[in-house]
Amino acid sequence: MTLRDYAIRYGFIVLLLGLVAYFAIAADGFVSPQSAVFIFQSVAITGVLALGVTATLVVGGFDLSIGSVATSAMMAAAYVMVVLEQNAVVAVVVCLLIGAIVGLINGWLIVYMRVPDLLATLGMMFLLVGLQRIPTEGRSIATGMTMPDGSVANGKFGDAFLALGRHRFDFFIPNLIPVSVVVLLVLAILIWFFLEYTRFGRMMYAVGSNERAAELAGAPVKAYKIWAYVISGVFASIGGILLAARLGRGDIASGNNLLLDAVAAALIGYAVLGAAKPNAFGTAVGALFVGILLQGLTMMNAPYYTQDFVKGVVLVVALVFTFALSGRGRS
Amino acid sequence: MVENAVFRVEGLRKSFGQNEVLGGVSLNLHAGEVTVLMGANGAGKSTLVKIISGVYERGGGAMSLAGQDFAPRKPAEAIRAGVVTVHQNINDGVVADLDVATNLTLDRLTGKGVPTLFNPSRVRRDAKAVADRMGLTIDLRARVSDLSLADRQMVAIARAMAHQPMVLILDEPTSSLSSAEADRLFRLIDRLREQNVAILYISHRMSDIRRLADRIVSMRDGVISGVFDTKPLDYEGAVNAMLGRKIHLDRIVAKGAARPVLTVEGLRIAQGARPISLTLGAGEVVAITGLVGVGKTALAETLFGVRRPLSGTMTMNGRPYAPRSAADAIAAGVFLVAKDRATSGIVGGFTIERNISLPFLRRMSNLAVLKRRVERATARRQIEELGIVCRSEKDEMPTLSGGNQQKVMVARWMAQDSGLFILDEPFQGVDISARRDIAAKLRASADNRATLLFVTELDEALETADRILVMSEQTIVGEHRNGDIDLERLLAEVAGGPLHSAA
Repeated sequence: MTLRDYAIRYGFIVLLLGLVAYFAIAADGFVSPQSAVFIFQSVAITGVLALGVTATLVVGGFDLSIGSVATSAMMAAAYVMVVLEQNAVVAVVVCLLIGAIVGLINGWLIVYMRVPDLLATLGMMFLLVGLQRIPTEGRSIATGMTMPDGSVANGKFGDAFLALGRHRFDFFIPNLIPVSVVVLLVLAILIWFFLEYTRFGRMMYAVGSNERAAELAGAPVKAYKIWAYVISGVFASIGGILLAARLGRGDIASGNNLLLDAVAAALIGYAVLGAAKPNAFGTAVGALFVGILLQGLTMMNAPYYTQDFVKGVVLVVALVFTFALSGRGRS
Repeated sequence: MVENAVFRVEGLRKSFGQNEVLGGVSLNLHAGEVTVLMGANGAGKSTLVKIISGVYERGGGAMSLAGQDFAPRKPAEAIRAGVVTVHQNINDGVVADLDVATNLTLDRLTGKGVPTLFNPSRVRRDAKAVADRMGLTIDLRARVSDLSLADRQMVAIARAMAHQPMVLILDEPTSSLSSAEADRLFRLIDRLREQNVAILYISHRMSDIRRLADRIVSMRDGVISGVFDTKPLDYEGAVNAMLGRKIHLDRIVAKGAARPVLTVEGLRIAQGARPISLTLGAGEVVAITGLVGVGKTALAETLFGVRRPLSGTMTMNGRPYAPRSAADAIAAGVFLVAKDRATSGIVGGFTIERNISLPFLRRMSNLAVLKRRVERATARRQIEELGIVCRSEKDEMPTLSGGNQQKVMVARWMAQDSGLFILDEPFQGVDISARRDIAAKLRASADNRATLLFVTELDEALETADRILVMSEQTIVGEHRNGDIDLERLLAEVAGGPLHSAA
């Protein structure tokens, strides 16, 4: 291997380690179990969304609606529990259904209506941003809120539901690992196994690389594409559930950064280990990278408004790693 | 005739790397004459056109236009000098979102001395002049994207003619036109011929050629293999010169078929085509040959289930066979090595191993989890079997040569036993030794299945098949047992004309 090969393969990992080393020296208290857990917790929701969007990237598509699917799921969970006064299980089932249905519609638009993926999911994003505000006439949902018809919503978030966002498992230190981090790890391992070791995952990569070849090899290409959007929608709705559980209310102002962070994580994932293709491990590392960066910057008192800029820079650098240096973007 | 040649090409050469594509081509074009250039895929036609139109630089030789040396370095230079090319893909010649008038005058928007401001009324006036000269009756305000393919083609040609060129090159202009649309194009070409333009017309369609040609030039393996300019034109001779006939060192011993595997009855693959009936038997290798565009790929895709026939029935091993998808066909034991491996075969991001296992993932997995050891063993066995030159089964596809990539495609579909093995142009872009390897492998393994090849090159059919069927106009027009072939009759069938001599 030449120096260039090494740079492509390990460049991003080295950058990640360098970043950790820099923050460890420059920011007090960066190296501690609590800090690590905080990073994990902050990337949990974007990580879950990023894993979902990875599935659509694998089949050569893209899903811009994930952020709004997540916030819609959050609003739906709050509405189901606070206004309809249902329990946590119903709320979770409703959220997952929303994710699956949105995924199906996205897939249908793209596969059967031939709307380009970016445009279809962009349209869906706008649609959901509006839709989630209609039931409450644009207000956030919390226990005791006044409904448009003047009645008061008396339901509340179930304890079991809130635990998804607030419970912490003991891990050497008591109360260390939040549920959301466990969910992220489980989903990451699931999707990684699915993409790398099952025939479905393999065929999804084939569809993304050469659709016609996959079709002539007997694959139901349309079904694979639709399933990818369903996976993406369901993962985004899981992200929304975690968000609702963490906030304990349906906050219309939250979740603005989810799309950017998740897409950045998935695209940074292309550069990890020189994969030059969407992959679950890379996405997880990408999410971690974004989390470390933001946590470090916060601890060094960088102003919040510089963070999006830094994320953008990292994303652009990662894309250069993937496409220019490895030369695969051309073939 | 030679003295009035407007455009001359003398000993033109071109190589890509070690691959010599043009080995000294000489060609004359005369004013007011349509010269048809024929050649099979890979004969070097498109390279020749690209050199003349300034896309490629020539490797050697000389070109002259009206006595002046002609050496365009850019397409724009060729156009300015008076040599204009309309490429095969119609949409390359027009801008779909602009109206006809703007398209007709598009080339006046760039270059030296063009005013910065766009003057719509002048554009319309200029466009009107161009359209009138060409006898074009299309609404100049219509958007090109709203026009039919034929009208777009007319616009592309008219746009080219706006330069008032001396030489016009048309690269397979009728390949996506219906016959009525083609008629309009022919009338336009007649008009240009009267205006003393020298036209180089590239086509495979015999009906076009019979309608238009004043001369025919056949090309084969990068050289001119025949020039026919005495009336009446010798169409069969031209086809023969293009497809060639070499001495076969390894003449095959034709075998007969055992039991029938696939029976096709009354299959119609295109509107107005005569129905196809055929039987393929176990153990025999059958080649279907014919010019480009006669429906070979359509037939291959119909047998493989990715295209529906208009009518007809198929029987596979005695059972009705009506595949609705590639998956159906594969399940019934019908495999296809599709034409043009880069777009319809190779998965670029995959290693050799993963390319080979692609259609058989279900059979190579347990509860959807892939059995990687089986996958690897299969890949290694197939690499060995077909003699694929590579470092290991983990090599990426782009690192392989064309011949080896094709071997991987064949290896993929030979990894499991098939009842009917179809290969569509399996020797395209494959070097001679890989071609021999693949053909030998096909024959050696043919015993328990029917094997069907679709090839344009006659040589390839003669080298590999027990039986040769000839296709023309979307149907099968002839059948020959390899061994004592009446080549005259076969070529006449390929050329699609009536027989001259009593066969």
